[in-house]
Amino acid sequence: MAFFLETLLGGLMSGMLYSLVALGFVLIFKASGVFNFAQGAMVLFAALAMARFSEWIPAWLGMDNLFMANVLAFAVSVAIMFVVAWLIERLALRYLVNQEGATLLMATLGIAYVLDGFGQTIFGSDIYKIDVGMPKEPVMMLESVFEGGILINKEDFIAALIAALLVISLSVFFQKTATGRALRAVAADHQAAQSIGIPLGRIWVIVWCVAGITALVAGIIWGSKLGVQFSLTTIALRALPVVILGGLTSVPGAIIGGLIIGVGEKLSEVYLGPYVGGGIEIWFAYMLALVFLLFRPQGLFGEKIIDRV
Amino acid sequence: MFYRENGQFKTSYKADQQVFAIPQDRWAILALVVFAFVGIPLLVDEYLFRAILVPFLILSLAALGVNILVGYCGQITLGAGASMAVGAYAAYNFLIRVDGMPALAAILLGGLVAAAAGIVFGAPSLRVRGLYLAVATLAAQFFWDWAFLRIKWFTNNSSSGSVSVADINLLGWTINSPTDKYLFCLGILVAFSLMAKNLVRGNMGRQWMAIRDMDVAATVIGIRPMYAKLTAFAVSSFYLGVAGALWGMVNLGSWEPAAFSIDRSLQLLFMVIIGGMGAISGSFFGAAFIVILPIFLNQMLPLVGSLFGLEVSIALVSHVEFIIFGSLIVFFLIVEPHGIARLWATGREKLRLWPFPH
Repeated sequence: MAFFLETLLGGLMSGMLYSLVALGFVLIFKASGVFNFAQGAMVLFAALAMARFSEWIPAWLGMDNLFMANVLAFAVSVAIMFVVAWLIERLALRYLVNQEGATLLMATLGIAYVLDGFGQTIFGSDIYKIDVGMPKEPVMMLESVFEGGILINKEDFIAALIAALLVISLSVFFQKTATGRALRAVAADHQAAQSIGIPLGRIWVIVWCVAGITALVAGIIWGSKLGVQFSLTTIALRALPVVILGGLTSVPGAIIGGLIIGVGEKLSEVYLGPYVGGGIEIWFAYMLALVFLLFRPQGLFGEKIIDRV
Repeated sequence: MFYRENGQFKTSYKADQQVFAIPQDRWAILALVVFAFVGIPLLVDEYLFRAILVPFLILSLAALGVNILVGYCGQITLGAGASMAVGAYAAYNFLIRVDGMPALAAILLGGLVAAAAGIVFGAPSLRVRGLYLAVATLAAQFFWDWAFLRIKWFTNNSSSGSVSVADINLLGWTINSPTDKYLFCLGILVAFSLMAKNLVRGNMGRQWMAIRDMDVAATVIGIRPMYAKLTAFAVSSFYLGVAGALWGMVNLGSWEPAAFSIDRSLQLLFMVIIGGMGAISGSFFGAAFIVILPIFLNQMLPLVGSLFGLEVSIALVSHVEFIIFGSLIVFFLIVEPHGIARLWATGREKLRLWPFPH
């Protein structure tokens, strides 16, 4: 029982981390109808920026305060992600309005290549560490209930908390601020939003920027767990089933989807994996998402797809 | 001036419905094919065969398969690499497990197995659509990646799924030199292209296109979506399977699942979208573009670097390659979202009137 709970909790927490990446997809798809395959590249790019600047800034300024260095590096990375968002809108998306979904998808793949190459050219292509002072040691919980208690990774726990916090602040941003309302208006109907004077271009920059910041947060958390390296881009592939399971247009969907996928992956790997040779995590997630899709083709919380002739 | 149709009158339906209805087209294509079979082997050296021409031919065939599904039937797939892998490993198993199996038969059977797998993994398309389907097709990609790595039976108990075959044999003709490989692939490609061209002109192709343009409307006029979509998946996977078998057994000789990873799937989708969706010729243009561009960049960048007196490291070359490749893709999508095939078609229209456009 304790082992089952441990696996379950581990799944929930890794699910939160998938949700973080999935959020980036959902934000951009909601506001611009672009299925952003570059999200993984953005995570890598942001994490590289963060890792390198937290090394460079202390060297330049000659200080050795880890906290200040991290704060400064974070600020610089946010600025960089803003520039990236602006450039993407300016150089690519602006010219691709109203293209088919597949074309836009391919364009973001092109962007992903550019970001991968560019990031590694300026920041280097080794494995870097991000040290934001997350505690690594595991803690025991519920020792009074189970014998031996449940082992929980503190790092995962904090990461999940940060993810939850980010989701809450995003929801507030979407619901309560004027910009958030504008974003939702654009998501509902591009033309109608434009006709009441919402500038599409600026909204897109904002959305990509917000997605860039979620990518940065995801990059920091994943980066401090696994190290910042090229394989971070594959996290986007792990997050894709989350996105379609939850629904491409739903922020809560990304969270719930992440939790379902996270738990499903861990449980399948632990209880099913040994019988078939292990390593089934990645395709199991897709199959799980597919099963849900067969019942709800638009994902759990996606907008209902209405066909008109 | 020379490319115009006036004065050519069709007097029978047969003449009207030829694949290449304009004699100039017919002769040009025929000349091209003859040149490819006779001229190129005389002119080209081995390196070019190995590095460019054979990969180009096989990937064109694969792109043709993707184009049938994506361009003609409108179902985006990110699992094309998986179909290639199924074809390659199925052909390998037929070849080593059945005594005296002819190589060509093994390749075609590999294609058929891939078609069957394609039907299974295409079945969700009946319910799931658009981008959701695109992501769902990744399930096939990751499942087969895993299966060929972990299930030992598929790979004849070899470690990490790497297998190899001896030179294949076709009716006494051993295919081992690059020229042989080139001719073999070219023959298959020509046959399959002709088949594809006819398929998309016929009943089946028209059903696919109706489904692509609007599937609800197509259903209303009596097209069975299940039949149309699943045939598209089957035919496309068959092409991909044959291409995969060729890629493994003819181009590589020995391979492992990584040869058909998701990168391959994306590459094929790039070919189709840059070349032109819903155009047979687009598959060739796209394949040429994607095969040649990286090699070209790889050769050119150090040269350009040395021109400016810069030492260009290998890592930098690969990164800059990424950047240029990505930006060119975005650039192409912006200037011609319908692909190179559309440019070609526009050029031909202009040529018909040239030099007297009025």
